[in-house]
Parts: sequence; structure tokens; C-alpha cells
Amino acid sequence: MDEVVNVHRHVLEHNDATAKQNRADFDEAGVRVVNLMSAPGAGKTSLLERALPMLAGVRVGVLEGDVQSSLDADRMRALDVPVSLVNTDVTFAGECHLDAAMVRSGLVDLPLADLDLLVVENVGNLVCPAEFTIGEHRRAMVFSVTEGEEKPLKYPLMFRTCDLVVVNKMDLLPHLDFDLDLFLDNLDAVHPDVPHQLLSARTGEGVRCFAAWLSETAGA
Amino acid sequence: MHELSVAAAVLDTVVRHAGGRRVTLVRLRVGELRQVVPDSLELYFGLVTRGTACEGARLEQELVAARLRCGACTHEWRPGGPAFRCPECGAGGATVLTGDELEVHSLVVGGPVAACPEPAEEAQWTRS
Repeated sequence: MDEVVNVHRHVLEHNDATAKQNRADFDEAGVRVVNLMSAPGAGKTSLLERALPMLAGVRVGVLEGDVQSSLDADRMRALDVPVSLVNTDVTFAGECHLDAAMVRSGLVDLPLADLDLLVVENVGNLVCPAEFTIGEHRRAMVFSVTEGEEKPLKYPLMFRTCDLVVVNKMDLLPHLDFDLDLFLDNLDAVHPDVPHQLLSARTGEGVRCFAAWLSETAGA
Repeated sequence: MHELSVAAAVLDTVVRHAGGRRVTLVRLRVGELRQVVPDSLELYFGLVTRGTACEGARLEQELVAARLRCGACTHEWRPGGPAFRCPECGAGGATVLTGDELEVHSLVVGGPVAACPEPAEEAQWTRS
């Protein structure tokens, strides 16, 4: 009666297939996509508020992922860029990350063919977003110095799968015990040679480098 | 909460391959670089499978050890913890040979699912 069914399939293959569809749509529309990830409160939205106005000649849109509320999406709309909001609590059971299907559902609200760059601001979380590809071309993560030096060792998958690590809240360094060299050593152990940028979204110092990275990603 | 996402994805994969039959055993291969906590995954698997063809199915997890190969000198090693720089030549850019797995290996299925049991009644929260 009992029968063994050999499967040998990656658990996330369904997500990966949808991510491929997203990627094909992005490429057809000629838009480059950045998946921006971080822990909650690391400063993704503040960084975008500073960096996006610096993108001269780049047509940018934002897809906002949040469990609830339009707070971050409203801040992006204030920049006068096209914004699509995906609240994961409405149709996605309060998921703690964006997956490829959720991103796909949010794409209908965006004029993809009129964009050079789409920034997907993922749900704040250092674990799940790293598992789910969404069809992005590049991944960046925002780490803030208030989080502690050991985070790359505790959440290696996130730090290992990103193409850029932004170290935010550098203006707070004089007030913290944070050991920057130790953090960079830990980062190097988990992801050797990954580029990093030191900046403060609050003061604006160093943000131009991140804006340049976005421009370069957009092919501008 | 990471394990909840993984459990839901496991269920999704299993249902696609079970052909409408009741599942009694799911065998997973989980790489140690995936940061999955086995007990936690088992707990969430029990929760997400309620009212599905997988309800009550046993979850077997085979942990796959990490093995890396240096892109520069081809040295292979088993990292003790998250250390991806080559211990021989110091180069970055190691390839993960094993340890990234998150795979449904196989299932044991029984007869057809006659009727799914009703999900347990949801608690009704009211403001006192």
C-alpha cells in the first residue's frame, strides 16, 4: 500500500521559478532590480530618502514590502517616484519576507518599461529574505552599527548572499562600544572581499557612494 | 520564524509531488549552511500541515555537512563555523560543494486522501 516517491527537489524551486519569470520581465522592460535587505530599523528607508534624489538621470521606482502599514511607502511617494506597496499581512499571512510571488503581485502597479532601476525594500528581517530570490540583479544589505559586531557570524546566509554591505549610523560610533575592525573581520570571514560602504543616512555623510552604486547598477 | 517559511515551502513541494495521496513520511536533506534548527522546523511542519494531505506525517531530516573548495588553489575543506576564506592560500571566492541543500529527498505515501479533517476551530478573540 505504502509507496516511496522520489522527489529530489529543492524546497524553494517554486519560488525560484517565479523569480525567473520576474527576472525575464525585468530584462524585457530594461529595468535593473536591487533587493535591499536589513534588520528592522537599520535605516533602509532613511537611506533611500537620502540617496534616491542624488540619482541624476536615473528613472527609479520603489517596491515596498512591509508586514503592515504604508508608513515607508508614503515616505517614498514623497520623493515623487513610482511606488508599489506589498503588505504581507493582507494576502500573504503576515510573512516576514518578500518572496518572488509577492513581488510579482506588486509589479502591476509599476511602470516597469519607464524605469531604469527598481529598488525592492524588503521586510526588515536578517533571516528569511536571504532565502527567497525575487529575480533581482543585485542584493544589498544595510547593517547598522547599533546591531553589534557578531551579526555576520549569527546570520551568515544574509551576509554571504549580498553584493554590497552598507554600514549605517556611523555618526553614532563615538557613543557606542562597537568595534568596527572586529565587525569587518567577521564580515570578511563570512563573505571574503564583499564591498562595504561606511555612511550615515541621518547626516548624509557617505551616502553619495551608495547612490553611485545604485547608478552603476542601473547602468547609468 | 525562518523555519516557518521553510516548513510552508516544504509542504508546498510535498503536495505537488504526492499526487493527491496521504503522506506519511517526508525525507528532507538540509545543508548546515542553511541555518535551519531541526526541532523548530519539525514543530512548524506539524502546524502548517494541519488539515492537509500531510497531516500527521513524520519529518526525517538528514543534516548535510558543509564542504568548500577554494577557487584559487582548489583546496577543499570543511569549515568549522562560518569561515569562507581559504585556510591554505587565504583567497576568497570559495565554492560551496555541499551544505547549501534544502531538498525534499523523498516521500512515503499511502492511500488517497478521503476527506481532510476540519481544521481546529479558531480561537475567537474578543475585547473584554
